[in-house]
Amino acid sequence: MPDKIKFTIDGKDCQADPGMTIYEAAKASGIYIPVLCHFEGLKPVGSCRICSVRVNGRWMASCTQPVTPGMVIENTSPEVEEYRRAIIEMLFVEGNHFCPACEKSGNCELQALAYRYQIMVPQFPYLFPKKDIEAFPKFLLEHNRCVQCQRCIRAIQTPDGKKIFAMKNRSGRVRINVDKKLAASLSDEEAQKAMDICPVGAILKKEVGFRVPIGQRKYDKKPIGSEIEEKR
Amino acid sequence: MNYKKILQKYRKDRTRLIEILKELQSREGHISEKAIISVADEFGLSRAEVEGVISFYHFLSDRPLGKYVVYLNNSITAEMAGREMVARAWEREAGCHFDQTSEDGLVTLLETSCIGMNDQEPAAIINGVVFTSLNPEKVKKLVGWMREGRAVQDMVEETGEGANGHELVRAMVRNNIQKTGPVVFGEYVPGQAIGKALETTPECIIDEVKKANLLGRGGAGFPTGLKWEFCRKEKGEQHFVICNADEGEPGTFKDRVILTERPEMVFEGMAIAGYAVGARLGILYLRHEYTYLRRYLEHVLQKMREQGWLGQNIAGRGFDFDIEIKMGAGAYVCGEESALIESAEGKRGEPRDRPPFPVQKGYLNLPSTVNNVETLATATQIITRGASWFRSMGTPVSAGTKLLSVSGDCERPGIYEVEYGLTVKELLEMVGAEDTLAVQVGGPSGNCISEAGFGRKICFSDLPTGGSIIIFNRSRDLFAVVRNFLDFFIEESCGWCVPCRAGNVLLKKKFEKIASGLGTVQDLKEIEAWGKIIKSTSRCGLGQTSPNPVLTTLSNFREVYQSRVSKEADFIPEFDLNRAVAEACAITGRKFQEEQEHA
Ligand SMILES: Cc1cc2nc3c(=O)[nH]c(=O)nc-3n(C[C@H](O)[C@H](O)[C@H](O)COP(=O)(O)O)c2cc1C
Ligand code: SF4
Ligand code: SF4
Ligand code: FES
Ligand code: FES
Repeated sequence: MPDKIKFTIDGKDCQADPGMTIYEAAKASGIYIPVLCHFEGLKPVGSCRICSVRVNGRWMASCTQPVTPGMVIENTSPEVEEYRRAIIEMLFVEGNHFCPACEKSGNCELQALAYRYQIMVPQFPYLFPKKDIEAFPKFLLEHNRCVQCQRCIRAIQTPDGKKIFAMKNRSGRVRINVDKKLAASLSDEEAQKAMDICPVGAILKKEVGFRVPIGQRKYDKKPIGSEIEEKR
Repeated sequence: MNYKKILQKYRKDRTRLIEILKELQSREGHISEKAIISVADEFGLSRAEVEGVISFYHFLSDRPLGKYVVYLNNSITAEMAGREMVARAWEREAGCHFDQTSEDGLVTLLETSCIGMNDQEPAAIINGVVFTSLNPEKVKKLVGWMREGRAVQDMVEETGEGANGHELVRAMVRNNIQKTGPVVFGEYVPGQAIGKALETTPECIIDEVKKANLLGRGGAGFPTGLKWEFCRKEKGEQHFVICNADEGEPGTFKDRVILTERPEMVFEGMAIAGYAVGARLGILYLRHEYTYLRRYLEHVLQKMREQGWLGQNIAGRGFDFDIEIKMGAGAYVCGEESALIESAEGKRGEPRDRPPFPVQKGYLNLPSTVNNVETLATATQIITRGASWFRSMGTPVSAGTKLLSVSGDCERPGIYEVEYGLTVKELLEMVGAEDTLAVQVGGPSGNCISEAGFGRKICFSDLPTGGSIIIFNRSRDLFAVVRNFLDFFIEESCGWCVPCRAGNVLLKKKFEKIASGLGTVQDLKEIEAWGKIIKSTSRCGLGQTSPNPVLTTLSNFREVYQSRVSKEADFIPEFDLNRAVAEACAITGRKFQEEQEHA
């Protein structure tokens, strides 16, 4: 058993196994670092930057950065929290999010983060981009709500490794591009998996909806992150 | 079209995907749906993935284009040199707007970011051929020739100096070498350095480069010897040397001139680096905009093989090393070393997370050293002349010389090889700049300095630069400069991470609010705060420097911003009601009533 790595988060002494990312190491110590693009079991891509922390004065994404001995990590300092709040707000103004009309409301991680950060009105002007809705045999893709987390890209592939979801374009024009031919062969279970893995209401399985009433959904009961903090 | 047959010759080599897409585009004018399907099938990729690659690059297109495709550069120096008139002339003559193809299918007009011709703007690339110093008359002539069906190469009437006139280049591009120096443009006999290097050990080479204190010339300034040492120490089946010739920072064009006039020195540097790190293959990643140099560079490589400076058993000392050229397809971010590697592997040029660093897991996940063109050329000279010769120039921290690409408001734009430690003031005199308002050191991602900073020195510890120097005189509007740079970053963001993708758009919005006179002191505070958030939380160097045009002008030209914002109002909405209804008021003949007046 290799030696544990020692480091601190907000002044608290912590330990972790070598090879862990800062996010994993924090989680193991019962400390929640907010994440959005990251999903357990998928290779992290560091796209949302909500998990940013300051380590010895330098900013890093905790979902991709391995923890190393002696790191002094700031997770809840006012500046770190302010920067995260700004990133969440950027996501809201960059898309078109009308939560009351959204199937994912209450189960949505973006919405839950906004609640956790008590965001009432974003500091940024809304960009009101023109984005489409696309329909496929088993699901809808609501581009207005997509946060480009790439979870679908990573999680849903054909058995021979072809990507059904892929990135298209660049800059503010990036979109998730669905391979029409491959999407037609998705099973109901795979479509459900795609919807479940999507943190927001961008991938919606067709023909079912609002099975659990709003008010009784995951984050209606407990704020996001509490499952980790309860273990402390 | 028989795609199978075309694809066959690439032997399912995924790293050549961009090259393949380019070939298909050159045959059909665009990459058709059928072509996409064939490529996807050949490589076991989904169509969505292939479309992802195509849509990432400026110069790949899955929509049909005209017979002549004009990419007009939109850099700030082009604007200063009358780009607007030239753009209007193109539209008038071609009979279509930008982002359109003329009805007869003859001409497509597109814009593109800096093409490395800042000292001879306005410039455009037409079907791969570069046209510089354009004006409305020339545009008219070019479109006339297009109507006659003339081949683009035959529209080049006069070629530039040096190798620009070589039969394999025949480009109207000018070198404009205004000042030569002892290193890159110093005395040089090809083949000497590699011969000398092979007489010693790789460790000695690394040691010599370390002693010379050579710092990377591509912008980041990492010690080259150390990078080679890290790379050498990594275990891997194979190691690679990659020469970064993506040169995308607006205002930089020195790598183009080095590759035109000193290609052997660069290739020799790659071989030396290969010997030092234990690589047998080097890759020159050449930006698409410099395609016109490709055949010439292949020819130089071939000559070097014939001389025994490359290939098998170099200089009879049992060292094998060869170089291949890989082309970019138009994306500034591909200059970032990990994005460059992704692109060289035939993928979208999206940066990777670090660690692992390229020296650990680079090209094909094997140890790779990525070095700038000038860095490698300089290494060649260090091996020939020795570390102490090199250190006798420049400053203690920043040894040697640097190539500057100077453009903008001055008498003599072009290339200057200067010793580190030169002050901005001395440089301005050298290039014949007068009445200077601002100097952009290091391109848009660098620093915009005012007269108060003209005493500062160009070197790693004061004003670092990858080579871009853009000069603005007092007739220029600083806001136009900042606007151009912000647009550049918005366009060139790879779109992967939120702060860079969305943050820069928001920063620009705030900037426009201030520029249009609707800003307040509070807006100045916010724009600064937003800039810091983007810098701190972005994933790669692009996002981490993208707010610099705002942040550095805010700190060096605060008064310009202050003069535009209201001193009294705490809040002015972005939406100007008066302005919005002005036209309606004029039509109806009514006056707009302020709400307060009712109250
Ligand atoms: C957005 C971005 C663009 C870059 N463009 C270039 C480039 O065009 N040429 C270059 O040599 N380095 C460029 N770099 C720096 C490279 O990442 C890398 O540091 C450099 O190639 C290393 O070579 P050097 O050590 O010889 O300078 C860029 C970096 C970033 C973040
Ligand atoms: S995706 Fe989330 S944030 Fe967006 S509208 Fe739906 S519930 Fe609201
Ligand atoms: S569709 Fe959903 S899972 Fe896919 S990138 Fe968008 S937000 Fe993420
Ligand atoms: S969770 Fe780390 S960048 Fe998104
Ligand atoms: S998209 Fe390039 S730094 Fe974020």
